[in-house]
Amino acid sequence: MMNYLIILAGAMMIVAAVFAVEAKKILDAVIAMSVVSLVSVFLFIAMRAPDVAITEASVGAGLVTAVFLVSLFKMKGGDEQ
Amino acid sequence: MRRLYAILIAAALVYMLISFISTVPGYGKVDLKERVSDAFLSKSVNAQNAKAWMEGKAIHRQPAKEIYGKKAKEEGSANVVTSIVVNYRSFDTLGEVTVLFTAALGVGLILGGSRRKRYGREANFVLRTSTGILVPLIIMFGAYIFVHGHLTPGGGFPGGTIIAMASLLLYLSDEKFFLSKASTGVLEGSMGGAYVIIGLLGLAIGGYFLYNFLPNGVVGNLVSAGIVPLVYIAIGLKVGAELSGLVTDLHSEKEG
Amino acid sequence: MVFWISAILIGIGVYGLLTQKNLFKQLISLSIIDTAVNIFIIAVGYVDNGKAPIYSKAVPEFMEGVFVDPLPQALVLTAIVIGVGVLALGASLLVKVNEKHESIDVENMKGVGE
Repeated sequence: MMNYLIILAGAMMIVAAVFAVEAKKILDAVIAMSVVSLVSVFLFIAMRAPDVAITEASVGAGLVTAVFLVSLFKMKGGDEQ
Repeated sequence: MRRLYAILIAAALVYMLISFISTVPGYGKVDLKERVSDAFLSKSVNAQNAKAWMEGKAIHRQPAKEIYGKKAKEEGSANVVTSIVVNYRSFDTLGEVTVLFTAALGVGLILGGSRRKRYGREANFVLRTSTGILVPLIIMFGAYIFVHGHLTPGGGFPGGTIIAMASLLLYLSDEKFFLSKASTGVLEGSMGGAYVIIGLLGLAIGGYFLYNFLPNGVVGNLVSAGIVPLVYIAIGLKVGAELSGLVTDLHSEKEG
Repeated sequence: MVFWISAILIGIGVYGLLTQKNLFKQLISLSIIDTAVNIFIIAVGYVDNGKAPIYSKAVPEFMEGVFVDPLPQALVLTAIVIGVGVLALGASLLVKVNEKHESIDVENMKGVGE
């Protein structure tokens, strides 16, 4: 059961990573990157690392996304490609 | 054409990594007897023969013994990850805190300013009202996480990040909110100094830097593990002030 | 299996670094590689049917094969927080580059390579 869940989480991470790299708009890429971090929290819990999971949940999914979005809004016109 | 070359290079790298993976023990098949972590887990680092370890012999095995709820001889924190981060490898952590300080200093030098950048947008009513309720709860949760770092999962680094999230919420909800450089800087500097002073006290009392000079107590109690809770409180406040200052730098602009 | 996931994620990150011309996309690729390497290091220390390395009322005594390896977790714990500092430094550099060259796309930058 756990193995299937790990495979499912890995597939989600790979799809989200490909989308983050290939997306046309940078906003979409930042959100997909935060999805990669968020799903990796599940992998950390499955590998019995609760300390790392709590850190990644607060840092990877929260602070990095917020820092990227704020700096993205600071450079106007950086979003068009 | 460029994409094709990129795919080829990435595929070669993945092939190299996968063929490297076949040389390490498989997923979940690790034998902890061959690793240093065995001594960390059984809290018997002082009992090891350092010379034999350096010559490549296996570490000295410890018999099964009860640890939780007993008086600790060597190290008294129930969370083994915390005991490695703050006690056995504490000098390493001091260096990493310095790296984080340098990164925050760089952001301050590049983007820092003395004025709040206005976007001319009023925040949502729901956000403005709920911020007043949520911010004390978030700060209390962050403090709980780093005070209980030696008993439950967590510690100074995630606790400090959660406190920084509270200041980020304040910045998002209020256009006029601005943390002064002095407040975050003083908290950050004094807490970094407290870490070094604790280390120097250990040098004066026990003979080496960051020596655990307080009594260890009973494993599992809140007041236990000597200097570990003190150091984690210092790290938590320092990281919280540092990342709050980083969020402040992102929201500020230069005068004129 | 977790090793494979992290290896493929590293491959995707390197592909993004090589193909994307937008500097922000390259920063995002670096962040993906960061996450993948952390997963790899944690997976090196996993023991089958192991428990989280925390002594409690349920797991009061030390025995062989009860806990997973705590040392990689201690290393990754600090590496994640340093990662956010470095990524924020990169993002702030990008804001300055955008102010000076009016674009963060490598090919549209003003005053570079002309």
